[in-house]
Amino acid sequence: MNHSEIQSLIEEKFPNSLIANENLQGNQLEIDGQFWKDIATFLKNDPKLLFDQLECITGIDTGDDGPLQSRYNLHSMELRHKIEVIISLDRDNPTVESIEQIWRIGDWFERETYDMFGIVYEGHRDLRRILCPDDWEGWPLRKDYELQETYHGIMVPKVKEEEGWE
Amino acid sequence: MGVLENKFNDNIVVGSLDKFLSWSRSTSPWFFQFGLACCAIEMMATAAARHDLERIGMMPRSSPRQADVMIVAGTVTMKMALRVKKLYEQMANPKYVISMGSCATSGGPYWQHGYHVLKGVDLVVPVDVYVPGCPPRPEALIEGLLKLQQLISDERPLTRKLA
Repeated sequence: MNHSEIQSLIEEKFPNSLIANENLQGNQLEIDGQFWKDIATFLKNDPKLLFDQLECITGIDTGDDGPLQSRYNLHSMELRHKIEVIISLDRDNPTVESIEQIWRIGDWFERETYDMFGIVYEGHRDLRRILCPDDWEGWPLRKDYELQETYHGIMVPKVKEEEGWE
Repeated sequence: MGVLENKFNDNIVVGSLDKFLSWSRSTSPWFFQFGLACCAIEMMATAAARHDLERIGMMPRSSPRQADVMIVAGTVTMKMALRVKKLYEQMANPKYVISMGSCATSGGPYWQHGYHVLKGVDLVVPVDVYVPGCPPRPEALIEGLLKLQQLISDERPLTRKLA
């Protein structure tokens, strides 16, 4: 099934859920975050779509005042087609519904995106940091990230040369 | 050595005993295998058959309680830095640290933009020998270990303290 057919199936089932965006390429489509969990269930279970594999969840910071994005790469083993779903989120309060219980691999993917971008996945049963230490400050892959000075008394940024380190 | 450390004046009996002690320490420093990244592969190769560390009396131990030397082989992340410190504190005296590779020495390729990497393990534990390289070849590590053995055999545990 090609991309425009997938798009029209979603449009038919969830009117007004797709957001027009001229920058989209290939198999991407942008949707409204409030429909996400229903759309995800539909994508996985509809016999014409059968997206049984969640390949990746990516976070993207579009910079300055732009939104944060949560992107999902989906693939169907059965029908051999794939799409990329984009959800744009408010920078100050980035929350989106969790799909951890639809595709179980989403558990760690969502924890990683939360760790790096601070995107909160509502309904995730164990949303902790996965790579950084639990008491780390800030979201490292955001463009406005500022490194903390010390971590448990250990110097974090490079200041050896600047301060006459012995 | 604890209670006996630095308690004696130098004379022919104590001096000879002292030399014997430091010789025996220097010829069997068991190391704590501490593989954190790709340097660990070179450390394993050094301990394995071709380079055979046991011919210079070194043997890998998996517990800090049984080890004299800690080889920090690889990238030390901030998360790991606290654990490295804890493991160092668990080792019994006398204890030595080798910083293996550029990551452990200075942060290596993560020096400028690596928010998560410790900029040198010497910020957390005192280091005796630095081995440069990315990663160092087994020969380089062996050279570092021989340097460390030299350092240990120059010590005089009963009569004087080396800083």
